[in-house]
Amino acid sequence: MGRIWRLADDIDTDQLAPGQYMRGGIEAIAAHCLESVRPDFAAGVRRGDIIVAGRNFGMGSSREQAAEALRHLGLAGVVAESFAGIFYRNAINLGLPVLTAPDLSGIEDGAEAALDIAAGRLLVGGRAVPLDPLPENLRPIIAAGGLVPWLKARLKGQA
Amino acid sequence: MTASGGRAEGAATGATTLAQKIIARACGRPVAPGEVVTARVDLAMIHDSGGPRRVAPILRELGVGLWDPAKVVLISDHFVPGDTEEGARILALTREWARETGVAFHDGVGICHVVLPEAGHLRPGMFVVGGDSHSPTGGAFGAYMFGVGATEMAGVLATGEIWIRVPETILIEWRGRLSPGVMAKDMMLALCARLGMDGGRYQAVEYAGEAIAALPMQERMTLSNMAAELGAQVGLIAPDEVTAQWLAGVGADPGDWQGLRTDPGARLAEHHRLDAAALPPQVAAPHSPANAGPVADAAGERIDIAYIGACTGAKYADLAAAARILRGRRLAPGVTLLVAPASRRDQERAAADGIMAVFEAAGARILPNACGICAGYGAHRLAAGVSCISSTARNFRGRMGDPSARVWLGSPMTVAASAVAGRIADPREMLEAA
Ligand code: SF4
Repeated sequence: MGRIWRLADDIDTDQLAPGQYMRGGIEAIAAHCLESVRPDFAAGVRRGDIIVAGRNFGMGSSREQAAEALRHLGLAGVVAESFAGIFYRNAINLGLPVLTAPDLSGIEDGAEAALDIAAGRLLVGGRAVPLDPLPENLRPIIAAGGLVPWLKARLKGQA
Repeated sequence: MTASGGRAEGAATGATTLAQKIIARACGRPVAPGEVVTARVDLAMIHDSGGPRRVAPILRELGVGLWDPAKVVLISDHFVPGDTEEGARILALTREWARETGVAFHDGVGICHVVLPEAGHLRPGMFVVGGDSHSPTGGAFGAYMFGVGATEMAGVLATGEIWIRVPETILIEWRGRLSPGVMAKDMMLALCARLGMDGGRYQAVEYAGEAIAALPMQERMTLSNMAAELGAQVGLIAPDEVTAQWLAGVGADPGDWQGLRTDPGARLAEHHRLDAAALPPQVAAPHSPANAGPVADAAGERIDIAYIGACTGAKYADLAAAARILRGRRLAPGVTLLVAPASRRDQERAAADGIMAVFEAAGARILPNACGICAGYGAHRLAAGVSCISSTARNFRGRMGDPSARVWLGSPMTVAASAVAGRIADPREMLEAA
């Protein structure tokens, strides 16, 4: 079980991976993740927590650290109405589950929740919120923990 | 610029976009926007900066070689001519890898996005991945070409496959014809101002209309190139006779391109209609391409350096346009004009046509066929406090040198006119006087 962190529309890569910490490595970036919108996030987030956000999550630059910081903090995944294209690519390739859902209304900040990726559901407050299924060909990449580990496992058989 | 725009239009059954058609071919079945599919890559392009030095260690970690060396093209451009210790080392590593792998290698003959088509590697309908953010340039030839980072490129080199979310199409239709003194670069700066740097939403931008049909190939390449500044994944132009003839001219078989276009009635995410005839030359102020407006807004800004360079702004067509302004004129006192022709082939053509002589007579300095200061490399990096007008694609703070340098973006004609005036100037004044 984790908890919900409820965020608004248009969370950008500079909020996720603030520019002024980009030289410090992922540890430093993660410590300041989302501090401009949720100052309590980086210190309070626990392994298994879930972000539920609005439209266009991850807009902005192509920096991979935006997705990497969330993975580093142990997020179980991000559920949003929609994702920015490059962030979505980076998240999948780094093994961070990113899922869209048709209706995310009524999900409260801080609620106990769990992500059931296989069944395509977000379990929160006794409800099962349906998620759009993760595309078939991306599931093994997520399951392996990202593109490189997935390729490693896949290519080992052929070598 | 008069225009209308906005969310669009319903779908006729079976009508598909150009983007859909190319992706469908690459994954062997029909596709719909929003769907995530795995596509087979026809060609992978890498350069010295993001190429061997970044992908070779990942391939080693994976314990595999290239999926198909015949489908990989390596081009050195960022660190050419290797006049720093770091640059020389990276070029040596790049050359060594080329020898080991046997991939096609174009070494020191120009900037990747320009060399790739001129060496005959690109054809309409191809699905191509490039290890550089301006990879959408290939869209000018009706190829679905986009940029990825080193990790994804290593995956492509190992497997020949990549996953992709089929994009929606944002159609940008240009009516009318450009006026004299106005170029493809001006169209893109105007679009950056209008749509913003994320207006492309990582979808497929497609350019169409009378003004596009009238553009020569290298001007079309500028439109596709700067789809990157709109935040689009690709910047497509449906192939036509202009494309086919250009490709035939470089010895590439254009193949069966006739059906490669967006069907009437295909569902569009947005449809913008703009008037090319009403567009004046544009200039983007520091430090974003989206800070663009009519050149009149910036006219009079004093400049120290004028740069005609990059895949965006130093192809043969760009050099020829700048030379129309510079012929019979000289640089303003105190102004340095740097010209880095985008490829050796384009420079040789320009020399044969007397264009290089015009630059020399005007007092310009000619630099190697490489990325040069566009990538922030080399001896001519912008020094602290200088003001520069540049035909490149990006004027982000610190990109071309010291963070205190100020860079305006303009067309090659506007850069040339500004070099003559010593301040940002409208090229149309000098065209009329010519
Ligand atoms: S010339 Fe500039 S924009 Fe073009 S590939 Fe080189 S660095 Fe990138």
